[in-house]
Amino acid sequence: MMAPQAPAEPLISVEGVHTYYGKSHILNGVSLQVAPGEVVGLLGRNGVGKSTTLKTIMGLINASAGRIVYEGRAVTGQPSHKLARIGIAYVPEDRRIFRLLTVMENLRTGLDRHGVSEAQKKKLLEKVFQYFPRLAERRHQAGGTLSGGEQQMLAIARAMMLEPKIVLLDEPTEGLMPRMVSQIREIIEVLHKDGVAILLVEQNVPLTLAASQRVYFMEKGAVQHHAAAAELSVDHPVIHKYLGV
Amino acid sequence: MEIPWDIIVIQTVNGVVTGMILALVASGLTLIFGIMDVVNFAHGELFMLGAYMGVVTLAATGNFWLALVVATLIIAALGAALQVVTLRPLLGRDPLYTILATFGISLVLQNYALWQFGPVARKIQEPFTGQFALFYLQYPWYRLLIAALSAAIIGGLYLFLKYGRYGIWIRATTQDRVMAQAMGIPVPWVHTGVFAMGAGMAAASGVLFGPLVGVNHAMGLDWVLKAFIVVVVGGMGNLGGSIAASIFISLLEAYASIWVSPSQAIIVSSVVLILTLLFRPTGLFVPTPK
Repeated sequence: MMAPQAPAEPLISVEGVHTYYGKSHILNGVSLQVAPGEVVGLLGRNGVGKSTTLKTIMGLINASAGRIVYEGRAVTGQPSHKLARIGIAYVPEDRRIFRLLTVMENLRTGLDRHGVSEAQKKKLLEKVFQYFPRLAERRHQAGGTLSGGEQQMLAIARAMMLEPKIVLLDEPTEGLMPRMVSQIREIIEVLHKDGVAILLVEQNVPLTLAASQRVYFMEKGAVQHHAAAAELSVDHPVIHKYLGV
Repeated sequence: MEIPWDIIVIQTVNGVVTGMILALVASGLTLIFGIMDVVNFAHGELFMLGAYMGVVTLAATGNFWLALVVATLIIAALGAALQVVTLRPLLGRDPLYTILATFGISLVLQNYALWQFGPVARKIQEPFTGQFALFYLQYPWYRLLIAALSAAIIGGLYLFLKYGRYGIWIRATTQDRVMAQAMGIPVPWVHTGVFAMGAGMAAASGVLFGPLVGVNHAMGLDWVLKAFIVVVVGGMGNLGGSIAASIFISLLEAYASIWVSPSQAIIVSSVVLILTLLFRPTGLFVPTPK
């Protein structure tokens, strides 16, 4: 199987990034690229550094070596609020919605930015409420009172408020009912059609293969393999090798 | 024993007035703690400097209300500068560092005030001297006004936090600093803004309370001590709890001073603090954890 060509003009490029948690060496030279509008899966066993890769890109953990290039300029070490403002959104594994803020207030954390007109805000809200009508119904309800699936919707909707060029999506289907999983699958498709790139970390291999154009496989804190999603299936030897399923 | 209703009513009014001023001081303190996890030992000195700034502006302009606004703005700006220079570099460090830093700031500011203004207490002239009859007392309208103004400032803060764009930023930062930053909220500047707001509120209370007591370099000490007590009794970082605790403790002290001297009545707040720490360390005015 031939590794697919890396994008000629990537939106984001992670180049040999190393990250430590205290003295533990977590990322050991991770390199990957995501093109504009592309959905890229990041697969690997638990603890190989997938979530840490997303956190490092988002500036939540400092990279000790290597660099991250976004739209042609190095953004390594930039604070996460600046990265959010230039179009990088992050949906964490544990959702981390603001539990005491209402649904609407959660959305406003991303919506109330400089340079966004009232008309734009209205349009963005309408769009999100069209995708997630449950959130529209519960717009005045505290985030902490929503079900797990609704909280995941809110976490994604909140990220969409930033009008991102790329969404770092960390295990969005974890702990969700099958009906919710297919809804998450649909929203990934919608974002893709809107031209938003997604770097998707998932344990759900069928969903990742169906949603992504390319897939990176991580092991021991580094990317070990890289393939076109269309060439893979759940029982492919590469999947067995890196995920042991 | 006959209940002295007239004295109880007078002491209720006194307790509410003092409670509202204390609530204004404590709101700034609890806001800073709730958002930044910083126990601001310099808060009393910001209160004191606010009062001095009021003295200086009042002497220059003769206008109390202008003095109130100018003192609030200048001390808020000073608070912002202090946060950027001393507390921002300590973000993420052990809380002991920030405690030492704010304690150091308090010593510097107190000694600066002593050097600049001397040990003799200054007086701020109240903006009006009208009184009304409250049983056998001629009660100054100004005391009621400062309670109302304090309530208005705290109410304004509540509305700002509840509905304002930056209020939502502040509440989001309180709940999850990391995720707030990931949503594009400039958390370091939110911290600076909150510290400035807390400092400004301390300064406003200093100017408002100035006419009732003398302004001197050590005046912040009593107030900040009491503010710390209400912040703990109200529940650390809980704005509503601090306000409720301010009024609760001030009323208790006011009632106690019917039977004992005011200096002995202060013991009441210490007793409430000790009982709270022993039996409900999360604070009296926070919901019971389920």
